[in-house]
Amino acid sequence: MTITIEYYLVLSAFMFLVGVAGVLTRRNAIIVFMCIELMLNSANLTLIAFSSFLGSSVGQLFVFFVMTVAAAEAAVGLAIIIAIFRNRLTVNLDDINILKW
Amino acid sequence: MNLETILFFIFGLIAAISSILMITRNNAVIAALYLILNFASLAGLYLILNAQFIAVAQVIVYAGAIMVLFLFVIMLLRPENEKKFLESNPKVKIFAFIIAGFVFLQLVYIIFFSRAFNLPFNNQASVEAGKIESIGYLLFKEYVLPFEAAGFLLLAATIGALILAKKKID
Repeated sequence: MTITIEYYLVLSAFMFLVGVAGVLTRRNAIIVFMCIELMLNSANLTLIAFSSFLGSSVGQLFVFFVMTVAAAEAAVGLAIIIAIFRNRLTVNLDDINILKW
Repeated sequence: MNLETILFFIFGLIAAISSILMITRNNAVIAALYLILNFASLAGLYLILNAQFIAVAQVIVYAGAIMVLFLFVIMLLRPENEKKFLESNPKVKIFAFIIAGFVFLQLVYIIFFSRAFNLPFNNQASVEAGKIESIGYLLFKEYVLPFEAAGFLLLAATIGALILAKKKID
């Protein structure tokens, strides 16, 4: 039995949907952020699997860019969470509703 | 059962189980530690796929830098633990899991039964593709503009994070 690309794609789809379920169910802003990182990583796994099976470096290059974007997103997002926590003393997403009407 | 298959199942199982454990833990610190375990097993999968450079970058950038930032913020803010996972809003949560499971089954059906991919694994080509030499060649030759844009994005993110985390915005 050899591992074909379908196994990697199924694992990646599973991790992505676990991340989606986490974003939909958790109410702690930091954990929601970590679920977004999980989804980014499952996309990375798909890119690397295709790049490796096709023998092309471009997919790994895009993973490099995704990592850059994830680092930038984590820095700005955590700064926003700290700013909100300083004003509201909570990171619960149900309590942070000043933009809702 | 060759070594590659066994390693794929070991790392894949660790990745899948640690992702589920991550979204069900109440304590944010333990969730972050499970996410680090998930990233480490993903780095193992990248090594099986002959992507050495990305595997190392995954451990250094994700499991090292980004998750340390997350742990730092969690311990700085010390958010109160959420209620037990299914205690608050059980209907919404069960609905979310049903949606996720349904989409997952759809994806599995498409991936396994569409017969779109018939890719043989070419070991030599994948080793060549994963080398830092070929990635760097592409990065500084054909994709130099996106590379500069990524650097600019990091600069903008640094300035943005500094301004957002400052005490008073004046």
